[in-house]
Amino acid sequence: MNKDLKNLDEVTIRFAGDSGDGMQLTGMQFTSTTALVGNDLSTLPDFPAEIRAPAGTTFGVSGFQIHFGSTEINTPGDMCDVLVAMNPAALKVNLRSLEDGGIIIANKDGFNEKNLKLAGYQSNPLEDGSLSKYQVHAVAITALTHNALADLGLSNKVIERCKNFFALGMMYWMFTRPLEPTIKWIQEKFKKTPELIEANTRVLKAGYAFGETTEIFAVRYQVKPAPLKPGRYRSITGNEALAWGLIAASVKSGLDLFLGSYPITPASDILHELSKHKNFRVKTFQAEDEIAGITSAIGASYGGAIGVTTTSGPGMALKTEALGLAVMLEVPVVVCNIQRGGPSTGLPTKTEQADLLQAVYGRNSEAPIPVIAANTPADCFFTAFESVKLALKYMTPVILLSDGYVANGAEPWLIPSVNSLPDIAPKFRTDPEGFYPYLRDEKTLARPWAIPGTPGLEHRIGGLEKQHITGNVSYDPENHEFMVKMRQAKVDRIADDIPLAQVEGDQKGDLLVVGWGGTYGAIKTAVDNKRREGRSVSHLHLKYLNPFQKNVGEILYNFKNILVPELNLGQLSKLLRAKYLVPTITLSKVQGLPFKSIEIENKIDELL
Amino acid sequence: MNLVEETLKDAPKTPVQKYTAKDFQSDQDVRWCPGCGDYSILAQVQRVMPDLNIPKHNMVFISGIGCSSRFPYYMDTYGFHGIHGRAPAIATGLKIARPDLSVWVATGDGDGLSIGGNHLIHICRRNLNVKILLFNNQIYGLTKGQYSPTSEFGKVTKSTPYGSVDHPFNPLLVALGAEASFVARTLDRDPKHLQFVIKRAAEHKGTAFIEIYQNCNVFNDGAFFTFTEKDTKDDNVVFIEHEKPLIFGKERDKGIRLEGFTPSVVSLTDGKYSVNDLIVHNEKDTMLSFILARMSSIPNLPRPVGVVYAVERPLYEAEMSRQIHQAIQKQGEGNLEKLLNYGETWVIN
Ligand code: SF4
Repeated sequence: MNKDLKNLDEVTIRFAGDSGDGMQLTGMQFTSTTALVGNDLSTLPDFPAEIRAPAGTTFGVSGFQIHFGSTEINTPGDMCDVLVAMNPAALKVNLRSLEDGGIIIANKDGFNEKNLKLAGYQSNPLEDGSLSKYQVHAVAITALTHNALADLGLSNKVIERCKNFFALGMMYWMFTRPLEPTIKWIQEKFKKTPELIEANTRVLKAGYAFGETTEIFAVRYQVKPAPLKPGRYRSITGNEALAWGLIAASVKSGLDLFLGSYPITPASDILHELSKHKNFRVKTFQAEDEIAGITSAIGASYGGAIGVTTTSGPGMALKTEALGLAVMLEVPVVVCNIQRGGPSTGLPTKTEQADLLQAVYGRNSEAPIPVIAANTPADCFFTAFESVKLALKYMTPVILLSDGYVANGAEPWLIPSVNSLPDIAPKFRTDPEGFYPYLRDEKTLARPWAIPGTPGLEHRIGGLEKQHITGNVSYDPENHEFMVKMRQAKVDRIADDIPLAQVEGDQKGDLLVVGWGGTYGAIKTAVDNKRREGRSVSHLHLKYLNPFQKNVGEILYNFKNILVPELNLGQLSKLLRAKYLVPTITLSKVQGLPFKSIEIENKIDELL
Repeated sequence: MNLVEETLKDAPKTPVQKYTAKDFQSDQDVRWCPGCGDYSILAQVQRVMPDLNIPKHNMVFISGIGCSSRFPYYMDTYGFHGIHGRAPAIATGLKIARPDLSVWVATGDGDGLSIGGNHLIHICRRNLNVKILLFNNQIYGLTKGQYSPTSEFGKVTKSTPYGSVDHPFNPLLVALGAEASFVARTLDRDPKHLQFVIKRAAEHKGTAFIEIYQNCNVFNDGAFFTFTEKDTKDDNVVFIEHEKPLIFGKERDKGIRLEGFTPSVVSLTDGKYSVNDLIVHNEKDTMLSFILARMSSIPNLPRPVGVVYAVERPLYEAEMSRQIHQAIQKQGEGNLEKLLNYGETWVIN
């Protein structure tokens, strides 16, 4: 039958179902295929903390949102155009993020009496007219999946597990995407169980054919490739990029990578990823606790490896004392905090940016540590690389801040050429002549890295205050003050070494929107939109949070107003006010969710 | 070859000349209280080191916090004074990164069994080739005299004026329970035995746990005198040796016999029992090791001192190196270009 083909610039789709329905997998498959056809994209997985929350309940709903287009895409989309809902709970939870007039594709079979009741519906929304402002397609996905697999003799359980691929097939048809990449993936994934290859492929194709033949879908959409910079791309998540950035730094520096880590959401995927790459000599150590995670990393660094530990807020809190030790010992360790909602256990699977002050200040006494943050999933690669570089050059712990949104989100990434990566050239001290453990490099103030195994350099270090130069234990009052200032000066000097901050938009104007970390895409989209409307607004995104780049003050003074959107109660605002004595306006959101760009646009409208 | 291997490739793997104990004395003033048992432990370690045939530059002493943890400052090797309780975790990271080093941990009953108990049990079960010297003085010295996790029930200290209501740990049982592959007990006031046990530990391939009874003459003076002083030692300590029967007493006239699983003291002179009835120690016998370690908490039995348990099992760091070696053999040395381009990629023109 003949169907209309409509062109769209951008679309946002949300797949939602029970946490056991495979929605994350479905979303990820749609993402890879969409990347392959050349769209720009951004994704937002949104899953419950419980691994298998009771089926059918609203708190067990797992969602995956993808925003893709033929133009530049910087966020996973504020509102979705299409909602795929596998059951009533998924509909209930996600309806509020569907545009008026948006498309609902619902698994009719999931809307049985039991599930309706579990989701708190009095009557079936697919039938009672309550969804009249949307285009509703109720499809018997479960039954159609059963039909497609009737002759294979599979158990009901296995058949049920395939139904997400029916939904995926329908979406591939609706948005004119090829099936081949997913079929290839199925073949790889189920290599050992041919009957699952057959089942999943059949169901995927059945979903696609259903779109093609059935009367209910009148329109098909096309989203042309985006004008991305030429080159070879891949899709990458934040945690993957972070892991690879660390490996890249290990390759470039010639040092082995050691990861000491205790599993914690949403950081564990970095541990999983690094554990795969043994042929890069990566040593991953799943420690007995968070403290052993960082102290083992300190031990490894002391021995001449790149010591890394990965964690999230509560784990970060546990590592605090060891961070102080790393400051005192002046050893290069990278501590990655993939922030999540807090305090305490908080919202383990939800995003937040509320560990900034903890990173900058959260230790006993004066214990300065450089802090840098990743803006987007792909940016995690460079941020991790840069963290290692700074740690080695300045002999200091470095804190890398990412968050659940950046860590789990994915975007297309222009693969960098290995040669274009900066060199990292660490040096070990070997000459016993004139060696003192705390005799510093004049330029960087870094102390020598004298690793065990070096003849003639036997020396003792520890957490007690050190005497300047000799490194011997010292309780001398003047020496202590001198060393406190010295450690601060060393971190401050990094500002001379890092690139200047860049404003996106005009260098002067009415309003500067200042952000850090994972809010990059939402702020950029909002500011771009407002600039297109002719507003005097610019965007400054800070990657370096301690120390700030040298020109940050100068930039701030060039604007009449400064707006700081943050997923906390105003932590960057506090730092900016304290350092630059400028008034800042905080736009805060602490819901475990990223900003929608419209929320920032509304605030900009209010201020201009 | 990584940068560490490259840098150290010409470093001697064995001592260039024979060391003496003096070679292991650092230039730092030793600051323990005069008369502290730590002095003897330090002296015996320094005496044993020359026999190990390991160059000083390959030795690292790591500690936590407490009187015992000052130890690394006084050894002229590499030394790392860490934070409270974490020495085993620091040592684990170092040993994984650098299996070529000889890594030692100096800890105490508070550092190792209270705040750092978690790390201690995990290093034991993983079996890294690290030597752990636990100085047990049954008191908190550095914080000036509170009871410790090995202090006896009812102990009166500053923090327990009415007597402690804590049941104490038996360090040997903690180590055995954590499946340490080498478990021993020795005495600060028996230099020969101390040297012997340290040497045995050094030669052992795996985590070696040594409990050293150490006298804190300031806050818990004489806690172990029954076991260390001439008058009482012989009748209250049984020195256990591999494949030898458990005999003790000034006249070597008593022995330990098993009745069921329960050890008891028997006389070798009253004609009822002979040497043939006694327990013959076997360092490789897991069940026996628990029975021997348990003897410490049974009244009227002598304290077992010596190597309680010593078996070989796979080393954590060696297993990790093996996996890395195999991965490289199978997949080739990691290639960054290949990694970044792995899986699905696409080209935009
Ligand atoms: S307080 Fe006790 S253990 Fe500490 S140094 Fe003094 S005597 Fe030794």
